[in-house]
Amino acid sequence: MRAGDRLITFGGWLLALLWVAPLAYAIWTAFHPSAFETRFDLLAPLTLHNFVDAWGQAPFARYFLNTVILVTMILAVQLVVGTFAAFAFARLNFPGKSVVFSLVLLQLMIMPDVLLVENYRTMRMLGLVDTIFGIGLPYMASAFFIFLLRQTFLQVPTELDDAARIEGASTLTLIRRVYVPLAKPTYVAFGLISVSAHWNNYVWPLIITNSVSARPLTVGLSIFSASDSGIHWSVINAATLMTSGPLLVGFLLFQRAFVQSFMRAGIK
Amino acid sequence: MRRETIHAWLMLLPALVVLAAFMHIPAIETIIASFWSTARGMRPSHFVGLKNYERMIADPTFWQAMSNNLIYAIITVPLSMGLALVMALLVQGKRGGTAFMRMAFFTPTVLPLIAVANIWIFFYTPGFGLIDQVMNLFGLHAPNFLGTGATALYAVAAVAVWKEAGFFMIFYLAALQTIPTSLIEAAQLEGATRWQIFRRITLPLIMPTTLFISVNSVIDAVRLVDHIFQMTQGGPNNATSILFYYIYQVGFQFWDTAYAATLTVVMIVILSVLAIGQVLLLDRKVHYK
Repeated sequence: MRAGDRLITFGGWLLALLWVAPLAYAIWTAFHPSAFETRFDLLAPLTLHNFVDAWGQAPFARYFLNTVILVTMILAVQLVVGTFAAFAFARLNFPGKSVVFSLVLLQLMIMPDVLLVENYRTMRMLGLVDTIFGIGLPYMASAFFIFLLRQTFLQVPTELDDAARIEGASTLTLIRRVYVPLAKPTYVAFGLISVSAHWNNYVWPLIITNSVSARPLTVGLSIFSASDSGIHWSVINAATLMTSGPLLVGFLLFQRAFVQSFMRAGIK
Repeated sequence: MRRETIHAWLMLLPALVVLAAFMHIPAIETIIASFWSTARGMRPSHFVGLKNYERMIADPTFWQAMSNNLIYAIITVPLSMGLALVMALLVQGKRGGTAFMRMAFFTPTVLPLIAVANIWIFFYTPGFGLIDQVMNLFGLHAPNFLGTGATALYAVAAVAVWKEAGFFMIFYLAALQTIPTSLIEAAQLEGATRWQIFRRITLPLIMPTTLFISVNSVIDAVRLVDHIFQMTQGGPNNATSILFYYIYQVGFQFWDTAYAATLTVVMIVILSVLAIGQVLLLDRKVHYK
């Protein structure tokens, strides 16, 4: 038994080391001069030069700004739109409710990024091509969030509802004072998922943007690393780490919350 | 009563407008567009019946994309799920180093797929990459994984497994936590081996999670193509072109929107079948519990 345990621990470490190897290698080159790209030398000098280079060679500051605006905008609208919809599905009765709910859930299957061609046509019609708003608009109602929040709202005891009603609270006050505070964990979980999903989203932003003023980080990074102008690998790796940096740092700081929110989202 | 109905519709209105404008209506328009021709210069779009579908069936690139996608799914789905389960079993206990292992497995999940692609291009590059360097130690040379038709699809699939396994691990971890320890202790008292416990207790009890993950990983195998844009652009010679990437190429590089719509219909059908499968599987999950 003991030998078996030791073997499993060893295997675990081996797999973990194998798993961090690509990232660790990228980090190693990003923090060393490009002369050490292909040579391992523990005494190689550390440098931030690659990051400075990358930052100077492409408008990463603008890309960062665009991405931050994008994810904030999407999340803010998703939360408001989703709260109302979830409340209607959880607590109000109206004809056609179950049909409408299934129509909403269809989005779990056909995500907006699948319908590239038609959505591009719509954006051109609306004059939203190459705008940050145009990147975010198709995602502003999330069926996943509506579903998740409805489940949470359904667990709110109706006695609380009645009590608030007797006190003369309007529906809006009821949502704000009773439902939203009680569903806080769901909001946090979805917030983390939404931000990381849209920070990382690529195909739709690639299609809908064509200038620096709207491009998010992912598209900016792909253009930067595809430009075949002899940029050193160490600089590309620095740019790569830079663009994933905030999420990576955020994850390391809030690892527990992250993991728990992903689990919460998956289970329900 | 009437007031409640009006309230409900007002509250649903913003969500329904967005969903209709960017999902329901474009989905229907996509199906309609697949029966029409692409407007070109002076020639406006006109009804062509099943012509686009006939063309698709005769299109060798379409079939290659479909078979690539199938191979891609056959590699990524079982491999990422199997590794996810192994990882979850490794990090669930309080053994030494589980915190490090958990971090190592989960970190790739947080990175943008585009960034992951960059990291792996570098990892694969002949002459530079870690793989080639390790092989050099043994006097060998790594092949050009991404530039060779025979290896490119596997190289791209490996990247997806690296990115996804840690994500699925989370769900397995959650499932493992729900297994009552008394069951395991009872089995140990009876003298069950580690393998017997895994085979007879753990595996059956996490079956619902396995079904849930399997559907999601198949959906990802159809939908996640960011790394293909960055690493191979479907090449060499369409060796890594999978359906969604081919749709992008037809729609936004060849600007053949009608044919892209036809291909999108195939994708919608695949996703629908998966969704129906998921509903049926989740039904079984309810009966199971």
